[in-house]
Amino acid sequence: MATETFTLTSHRKRPVERAIKIALFGCAAFSVLITVGIIYTLLVDTITFFGNVSIVDFLTKANWSPQSGSFGVLELVWGTMIITVGAMLVAGPLGVATAVYLSEYAPARVRRVVKPILEILAGVPTVVFGYFALNFITPELMRAIYSDCGIFNWGSAALVLGLFILPTVASLSEDAMRAVPSSLRQAGYGLGSSKLRVSMRVVLPAALSGVVAALILGISRAVGETMAVTIAAGATPQIAFSPCASVQTMTAYIVQVAGGEASTGSVEYGSIFALGSTLFAITLLLNSLSIRFVKRFREVY
Amino acid sequence: MAVRIETLTRRRSWTTRFGDRLAEASLLAATAVGLIALTVLLWTVLDQGATALNWPFIRNFASRIPERAGIWPPLVGTIYLMLLVTAASFPLGVGAAIYLEEFAPRNRLTSAIETNIANLAAVPSIIYGLLGLALFYRAMNLGRSLLTGALTLTLLVLPVIIIATREALRAVPHSIRLGAMALGATRWEAVYKQVLPIAIPGIMTGTILGLSRAIGETAPLLVAGAAAFVAFTPDHLLDAYSALPIQIFDWVRRPQPDFQALAAGAILVLLALLLTMNAIAIVIRNRYYRRNR
Amino acid sequence: MFRDPRRIDIAKILAPVALATLLVACGGEPTTSTGGEGSGLSGEIAVDGSSTVFPIAQAVAEDFQIENPEVKVSVGFAGTGGGFEAFCAGDTQISNASRAIEPEEADCLKKAGIGYTEFQIGVDGLAIVTHPDTEWVDCITFEQLQAIYAPGSKVETWKDVDPSWPDEPLKIFGPDPDSGTYDYFAEEVADPDAEEPATRDDMTQSADDNVLVQGVEGEQASIGYFGFAYYQENVQGLKVIEVDDGESGCVEPSAETVKSNTYPLSRPLFFYVANDAIEQDVVAQFVNFWVANSADYATAVGYIEVSQDAELANDEALTQLTG
Repeated sequence: MATETFTLTSHRKRPVERAIKIALFGCAAFSVLITVGIIYTLLVDTITFFGNVSIVDFLTKANWSPQSGSFGVLELVWGTMIITVGAMLVAGPLGVATAVYLSEYAPARVRRVVKPILEILAGVPTVVFGYFALNFITPELMRAIYSDCGIFNWGSAALVLGLFILPTVASLSEDAMRAVPSSLRQAGYGLGSSKLRVSMRVVLPAALSGVVAALILGISRAVGETMAVTIAAGATPQIAFSPCASVQTMTAYIVQVAGGEASTGSVEYGSIFALGSTLFAITLLLNSLSIRFVKRFREVY
Repeated sequence: MAVRIETLTRRRSWTTRFGDRLAEASLLAATAVGLIALTVLLWTVLDQGATALNWPFIRNFASRIPERAGIWPPLVGTIYLMLLVTAASFPLGVGAAIYLEEFAPRNRLTSAIETNIANLAAVPSIIYGLLGLALFYRAMNLGRSLLTGALTLTLLVLPVIIIATREALRAVPHSIRLGAMALGATRWEAVYKQVLPIAIPGIMTGTILGLSRAIGETAPLLVAGAAAFVAFTPDHLLDAYSALPIQIFDWVRRPQPDFQALAAGAILVLLALLLTMNAIAIVIRNRYYRRNR
Repeated sequence: MFRDPRRIDIAKILAPVALATLLVACGGEPTTSTGGEGSGLSGEIAVDGSSTVFPIAQAVAEDFQIENPEVKVSVGFAGTGGGFEAFCAGDTQISNASRAIEPEEADCLKKAGIGYTEFQIGVDGLAIVTHPDTEWVDCITFEQLQAIYAPGSKVETWKDVDPSWPDEPLKIFGPDPDSGTYDYFAEEVADPDAEEPATRDDMTQSADDNVLVQGVEGEQASIGYFGFAYYQENVQGLKVIEVDDGESGCVEPSAETVKSNTYPLSRPLFFYVANDAIEQDVVAQFVNFWVANSADYATAVGYIEVSQDAELANDEALTQLTG
């Protein structure tokens, strides 16, 4: 749309018009500046950090104890990962199932009620989910199953995080499924398939790229999430398998150090930027992947 | 994509029908989980928080004594942040979107900028906190001030506003632009006088939704230096400040159940704020959506 | 003229926004619990440092601001170490500490040209706590604490510490290295012979003592340590363990035992004020207020007031500073 040019422009307006155009371009360029800012900030402090700490140690060791100078990141990565996996075990199946239901089965009035409710769930700040984990999930749910669960445990963090990203996965998957042309469905019905078969064997595979994109986006949001996991999972960097154990995620550690105001230039201050770079790289990768899947999906239809 | 063709000689037995019903019920149950979870969450918050909600709670400062504690400075802090972020992000975001949608040539630079913005919208909020810490707190030496927090949140919200505004601009029928220019308007005049007024409801909806996301953000503010105990409302941009999500975080961490109840009360206030903003956005969208059809 | 009904008046949008802004900006100051007479004193004070001292500082700041509504005091709890860093950077006027200032920190201040004065405003008994259901331990020795907390310790269960205790996994909590409580405990108990004392780090560490309380309360067979005031605030959910330093037998922390120094883990609490900052009236008044009422605030929060000698030293320092 922006390529049409019209010569019916009034000449006396030109200078102002150009000035406005430049101003607007400035606004757009500003967004590039933000990215540059993020990358620059992260890189500078990360490089300083790796001047003091071996990058090989950082990436391969599993011993995160800054005060004794040990910066093996694997324990924090474990924390992030296990909670993300747990959250996706909740949000993945439930989200896709919700999407299938809403797009294939639900009558219009049910959709009209359920969709806004899901949007509300997505809009609840994650601090509230942290509160929910501490005041309901751990005492009522986790302790009902394992009676001696610690008050800080990654199980409740994963559950609560799963609830948080459920709406995202559900609504993106649903969009993908609704975009599948009816003709495909009709073809399936015409051949005598049941609704279940059409949904599972026709619509879902057709919408697969979109669903995968939704799942990847869910993973990305889980990885980057901070408050719910900080409150619910505690602050113990360790590789622990039991859902009742406390772990620490990369994001929780950043909050811990930044809240404690380590001085600029100290190794701990640098470590939060190293972790930030790691997080940024991971989520950038995931987001790009997700966009690729969306593009592939859009191409097909 | 492969479409599986079911055999034409399938028997429609009662087991199949039963299987169908079961499948539908399971899907409905799955959908219900999300709704039930939300209900339980709200009920937990209401149950603990309703007792804390009264006028002194709103108007008092934080205190170590639960009965005396209130949320006035964080509430004011949140509102100030909201206003500042709007003032900063609205012109920048809308301007960028107008440029990208109406003026930018379709070349590689433009699509690079678009991809960039899409990526920025998905960057975890804590990264913006780190950016705010390094840039505004340290490099620009703004310290633990309201300005630092507001600028950090502005960067967070900007991509969201840009994307929402572009959607709103795209929804305006192209004939409007062509008609205006056919009558002698310049590109800018067409946009400013014809396209923009029609797109404004969509833009506002998007802005409000972006803001409501910013209001609930805790991590970026924590990292970029909101204060711990603040018993005053900020008077100027360089004052220390607190915000509702920060206060909630502080109270949630205290072991005494009284403070958990206070946290729940503060959550209710925050949710009320968010609900109001979303309701306004929906009203605007509904009211003008019909007109535009 | 035909007017497109889809067009919106910008004014209609801006007016309510402007009105809202006006209302918020001109909204009056909130009522305080006791109507301050508006002493006319105004200014800002930035306080940060020890999370152990934080409850005292918060209480003092709260009451001071009620009496002087125009004053703004912000109190952080970055930890004793973190507090000194901010102090040396000139970001704060007052730094709270649960240990005396260290030589490196004093050097930093000297280099930065910041003169400072120390005031002792309380005494803390460092409480060793566990979950109320931990019945097998009522008293613990320094050696046992060291076995648990020493850096590199491999102790995993209670049995590892003492064979008469059950084979329950130890859930360990403690402050993080920014904390003066950490420094004190490491030096006195966990790692007394080292040059740079430290504790083990594969446990839950937090600068926020509330998190530690929550952790110990919430886990069976837990053990943790923090300032006595945090125990006092949460007596129902915690069980305090008596400490035996090998000489005086098992002693339980209490106001008397801490004050009389029979409890082996007693330590002084301080705040440091920048001498230049005292020139500002608001800071001088605040320091005066705190020092004059230090006994009240220390005990109100759950700590112990300073000895007479310390009070005299404070008064002297104060007159020297402001006189």
